[in-house]
Amino acid sequence: MSEKLTVSVSPHLHTGVTTQVIMRDVLIALLPAVVASVVFFGLRALLVEVLCVAVCILCEWAFEKICKRPVTVSDLSAAVTGLLLALNLPVGIPLWQAAFGSFVAIVMVKQLFGGIGYNFANPAITARIIMLVAFSGTMTSWAVPNLVDAVSSSTPLAILKTGEGTLPSLMEMFLGARDGSMGETSCLALLIGGVYLIARKVITWHTPVAFIGTVLVFSALLGQQPLYQMMAGGLFIGAFFMATDYTTSPPTPAGKAIFGIGCGIITVAIRVWGNYPEGVSFSILLMNILNPYICKWTQPKPLGGVKE
Amino acid sequence: MKLHGIHVPHRKNTVDSTPVRMPVPAVVTVPMSMNIGAPAKPVVKAGDTVKVGQLIAEAGGFVSAPIYSGVSGKVKKIDQLLGSNGRYDTTIVIESDGQQEVYEGITPPQVTDLDSFVEAVRQSGVIGLGGAGFPTAVKLKVKPEQVEEIIINGAECEPYITSDTRTMLDDADSIIEGVRLLQKYYAPQRVIVGIEDNKPQCVQKMKEAGRDLSGYEVAALPAIYPQGGEKVLIFNTTGKIVPEGKLPIDVGAIVINCTTLAVIAKYIKTGMPLVEKVVTVDGSAVAKPQNVIVPVGTSMKDVLDFCGVKSEPKKVLYGGPMMGISVASLEAPVMKNTNAVLAFAEKEAQAPVTTACIRCGRCAAHCPLNLMPASIETAYVNNEPEVLKELKVNLCMECGCCAFGCPAHRPLVQVNKLAKAMLNQYNAQQKALLEKQKEKETKEAAANV
Repeated sequence: MSEKLTVSVSPHLHTGVTTQVIMRDVLIALLPAVVASVVFFGLRALLVEVLCVAVCILCEWAFEKICKRPVTVSDLSAAVTGLLLALNLPVGIPLWQAAFGSFVAIVMVKQLFGGIGYNFANPAITARIIMLVAFSGTMTSWAVPNLVDAVSSSTPLAILKTGEGTLPSLMEMFLGARDGSMGETSCLALLIGGVYLIARKVITWHTPVAFIGTVLVFSALLGQQPLYQMMAGGLFIGAFFMATDYTTSPPTPAGKAIFGIGCGIITVAIRVWGNYPEGVSFSILLMNILNPYICKWTQPKPLGGVKE
Repeated sequence: MKLHGIHVPHRKNTVDSTPVRMPVPAVVTVPMSMNIGAPAKPVVKAGDTVKVGQLIAEAGGFVSAPIYSGVSGKVKKIDQLLGSNGRYDTTIVIESDGQQEVYEGITPPQVTDLDSFVEAVRQSGVIGLGGAGFPTAVKLKVKPEQVEEIIINGAECEPYITSDTRTMLDDADSIIEGVRLLQKYYAPQRVIVGIEDNKPQCVQKMKEAGRDLSGYEVAALPAIYPQGGEKVLIFNTTGKIVPEGKLPIDVGAIVINCTTLAVIAKYIKTGMPLVEKVVTVDGSAVAKPQNVIVPVGTSMKDVLDFCGVKSEPKKVLYGGPMMGISVASLEAPVMKNTNAVLAFAEKEAQAPVTTACIRCGRCAAHCPLNLMPASIETAYVNNEPEVLKELKVNLCMECGCCAFGCPAHRPLVQVNKLAKAMLNQYNAQQKALLEKQKEKETKEAAANV
């Protein structure tokens, strides 16, 4: 027996769940939404998704190379950001705009703040908002879904807001046969992914339940149609995939509940009283900014800790 | 309220392995610092002959414990050995004659009252055998009216280890005898045996063995690590929280490991002090995982030679994988508080790659004491002892739940250890500054008069 032994501090066991495993799970959870986007919006959806993922990975790699930092693309977080951003875009988005958005997400929102774990706001959400402001035309021009004959070119939320046009049925809403960003329309696909994430313990139920529940209750209180409010817009993708981002949301169940409720209230407030038909992205960004305070308010109390 | 914890793989491969006595090793190396507190002082010198159970080192202070020889033979030398804590420790090296002759002076101690009971525990050389190594007599030197609950720790929540399990299955009567002694001298309201429910055979055995006792109960606790942690066990059996800076006895509780209690009972019956240990030998490098009985001071190399290795050990631990200490050399001896020798092959020995914290909150969500390891790490890196104080890093028991689940492989336990040292140093500096200031003020006051 040789005498070369590894010496390290305990514990000497690990779950095996690394950042890469978590991000891979998020990608797996988004697969149903990817499939739905292709079913309802055609192959161009896939093209935009591949492009955004590729640009995000490339930007992360290039930025880290230039800054002489360790390259972290293998943790797959850039791929998650790229895919989430793509799913939040309309299918007809010009490719250069999608690429620009990916650059904003990775370089401006994520890497300039220090990379994974240090960004204060969700990169995909923030990039989408910047694109919405910068390219308001293309970002709000909705292609007609494949499976519906309707010639409508406005989202259910816009119809709800203006009262013009025909609303899709609740079943069409649930399956995703409606106008909207290519990954947000299918509640079914997003629900499958969300349940997968909860089952894999990547996220907990607190944020999505608080977020969606608040939208239901608050919109009902304001005399809106709660089921449409729940399934329209980007609520499902936001509640399951964006408001649950580790770095920009609180870690404790109480914090997650506050975060989700806050998101829900802001979403409905923007939808009902704001200029924009949709408020999910803004609500998450605003709550991202409040996140450090929520973390502070909900800080766990050490067991047996004595105040001095 | 439920304390956080983690589900660890149990890997209790040796649960059915009745301990076998290993052939006497040729040499034993007995360290003087096996217990928390002052090291023992050798009372033998090179050339002396010793027998099994003979005193070779006396307690070096109040918080200390005497040491007895586990072999018969000749003291070869008093030596220095680099311990796993990085410090040199005095050791007594004894060459065994293989005869295992028992010391003539072995007689059962006279135990008639509380004082003589505590004195007997002191003489037995027993320290916390669950791994902590705190001299048991010190823990038992309390007024009986203080004691409300005595908790017998049979949780054995670390993966792999089954030595306490074997004590409960093979020697339940000694544990019960110990319970009788504790009930006689401390008259606690409750004696609770805490056992994780992944050992139903132990739960049953301990229930049966103690069926004639009153004020005795067996608690089958969920197998959630660190169930056997002192504060965790107290909370889960009594609902009491031990406040910061206080001892279990301050809330009326005493926790004693089941094997510790069995050894004490046997010493009082026979007079044979703690000279040997049951250790679980397991791990991916071990050919035949089993429980073995070895004299204290037996080298890990001898233990592994006896059990055989199927691949070269690359990481060898004292104790379990969650809190065990990795050794730098196989010369490291089995100590009083060693309950397992785990040898791992190349795969488990590889150091993981640490990546950036993604603030997932798993560390805080897993911490049984509700600490925030990620924030502690930041405060430590930023050299902020005041923040460390607020974050209560001193409460950390280093159970490893945080690092076990960290997706970024942050060395959180290591940082907590360093952070505690930083805080201690800071507190000492603050205290010294305060004293200096006081001194100055007194001097000035004196000068003004």
